Amino acid sequence: MLPLIAKRLAVGLLTVLAVSVIIFFGTKVLPGDAAQIRLGQAATAENIAAMRERLGLDQPMIVQYWNWLKNFLSGNLGVSLSADVPITELINDRYKYTLIVSGLTALIGVPISLMLGILGAMFPGSLYDRVLTFISVSLVAAPEFFTATLLVLLFVFWLGMGNAVVVGSIDDKGFFELIKHFALPITTLCFVIASQLIRMSRAAVLNVMSSPYVEMAILKGVPRKRIIFRHALLNALGPIVNVVALNLAYLVTGVIVVEVYFGYPGLATLIVQGVQTRDFVLIQGLGMLFCLTYVVLMLIADIAAFASNPRLRHPK
Amino acid sequence: MNEPTEHYVAPYDAGVSFDELPDSAPSGKFKFTFTGWLGVIIVTFWIFVAVLGPFIAPYGENDLPFPDAYSEFQVPQPGAWLGTDDSDRDVLSRLMYGAGRTMGISFLATVLAYFIGVVLGIGAAVSSPKVDMVISRINDALLSLPSIMLGLVVVAAVGSSIPVLIVTAGLIYSSVIFRLSRALGMEIKVSDFVEAAQARGEGRWWIITKEIWPNARMPLITDFGLRLIYVILFISSLSFLGLGVQPPQADWGSMVRENLGALQYGESVFSVIAPALSIATLTVAINLIVDDVSAHSGGRLSNRL
Repeated sequence: MLPLIAKRLAVGLLTVLAVSVIIFFGTKVLPGDAAQIRLGQAATAENIAAMRERLGLDQPMIVQYWNWLKNFLSGNLGVSLSADVPITELINDRYKYTLIVSGLTALIGVPISLMLGILGAMFPGSLYDRVLTFISVSLVAAPEFFTATLLVLLFVFWLGMGNAVVVGSIDDKGFFELIKHFALPITTLCFVIASQLIRMSRAAVLNVMSSPYVEMAILKGVPRKRIIFRHALLNALGPIVNVVALNLAYLVTGVIVVEVYFGYPGLATLIVQGVQTRDFVLIQGLGMLFCLTYVVLMLIADIAAFASNPRLRHPK
Repeated sequence: MNEPTEHYVAPYDAGVSFDELPDSAPSGKFKFTFTGWLGVIIVTFWIFVAVLGPFIAPYGENDLPFPDAYSEFQVPQPGAWLGTDDSDRDVLSRLMYGAGRTMGISFLATVLAYFIGVVLGIGAAVSSPKVDMVISRINDALLSLPSIMLGLVVVAAVGSSIPVLIVTAGLIYSSVIFRLSRALGMEIKVSDFVEAAQARGEGRWWIITKEIWPNARMPLITDFGLRLIYVILFISSLSFLGLGVQPPQADWGSMVRENLGALQYGESVFSVIAPALSIATLTVAINLIVDDVSAHSGGRLSNRL
């Protein structure tokens, strides 16, 4: 088990390295020069040359990459080209929004969806199960902004509650006040992860329920409740952790769309702005952060799958 | 835009098993269920709109139905059946022009993704283990990135235009298809009939075209719909973020973005609902067809390999 985890971690580290190469060199093919962008059109040739030297742009590509990676690891993400302030400062102003929304989504969405999914698996083929499956299958294929629009129509237009834009400061707000503040974005994202979570947790429990030892328990006359909670659920725990980690990784995309939709200043809107203003220092830094989160969550999903299923540890 | 259940371990349909090949003869004749037919009808409808849209649209893409009046975010009325948008344009006409763009870009991107993915995937399956490992590792790195992030980096680097969108989405989604077709190719490569062909002395090209491809073809084609859904969602999300199809050209994702103001100021909301609902009905309808087809052929491909 331990060597396997170590191997996975090594693969994860290699992936992160590959990701950094893609992001760094991907943004390097950008036409235009960072020094030129920083100084503007009026800069003289000497000024630009001096700035290039200061930014290290006169060095070979590979050295630039190495310096960038070293800086990234020490927490220095560079200076934004369009805003002329350190990226870390920009992130500092905004990271709370993204973190709070995704954290609350996980906190509220995960337990509810798991419960719904497991309930579906407890009564497979029942009306409840079929309705649940139909709704979750439909929602899987719908885009986030469709769900968001439905919610805005329902709450803001019909019920007259809340606002289609999330505005206002989040400082000194309590837990429930934060939930209220971000009610619509959180609900949208909950729907997004719920559709997958319900389907996958239902499948995970059903999978265990069709195994021989559960059949044995049924034949022994063990009550249904006990079978589910003592036999099936404990063994489905690994796959469920896997599913949860995967879905939190998918949240990375959802968060970007939802932030733009509801217009609050999080990290995702920052990176979209970066793309629009071609601020590639910003894209590099933030892109790495997002991808890093994604890779770590994928890694957790992977390890959970291994930990729970001995057959995966010894592939044929 | 949810990513597929690619990394998921337990099979979605518990109890489905495969003896020989993933496309071992299905039992019974293929029949659409009620929901399957619903999907077929909706998708056919949208294909008609996409093809005929520019010819039957009441106005041009950027024409104003009420040129003499201030008519931002009008409610539906004669002359503008879905109301007007943030720049006084006819929502219905833009929806019809956008249909072709959203669906066309996504379709071409998916075809491109299949072309790249299948050629490299089957190529990797039949080539030496070293070559296979190099291609697979590069592919794994690409797969471990959120696709929207890759899209953002590409758009930042080369700007956004329709050809760029097609190639970007095609490249990003080819990595999933690479994985599927490589796994299929590997599975078929070790089957008895391929060994028999090798023993007969057939060349590599024969084995690819006459043995592996005919057997990998059907499972890959049945998976097309699912891939198409993810590409449509990807393209729409990019457009929604303002990084896909550029104004003044209409496309469903960018229409949602342009008209978000209607929600914020409490104006007529049809300009947002119409494009959002169009995307949702299209993708959900494709999903209904996919469900029927995959139930017939024994579960989704990504869950079987």
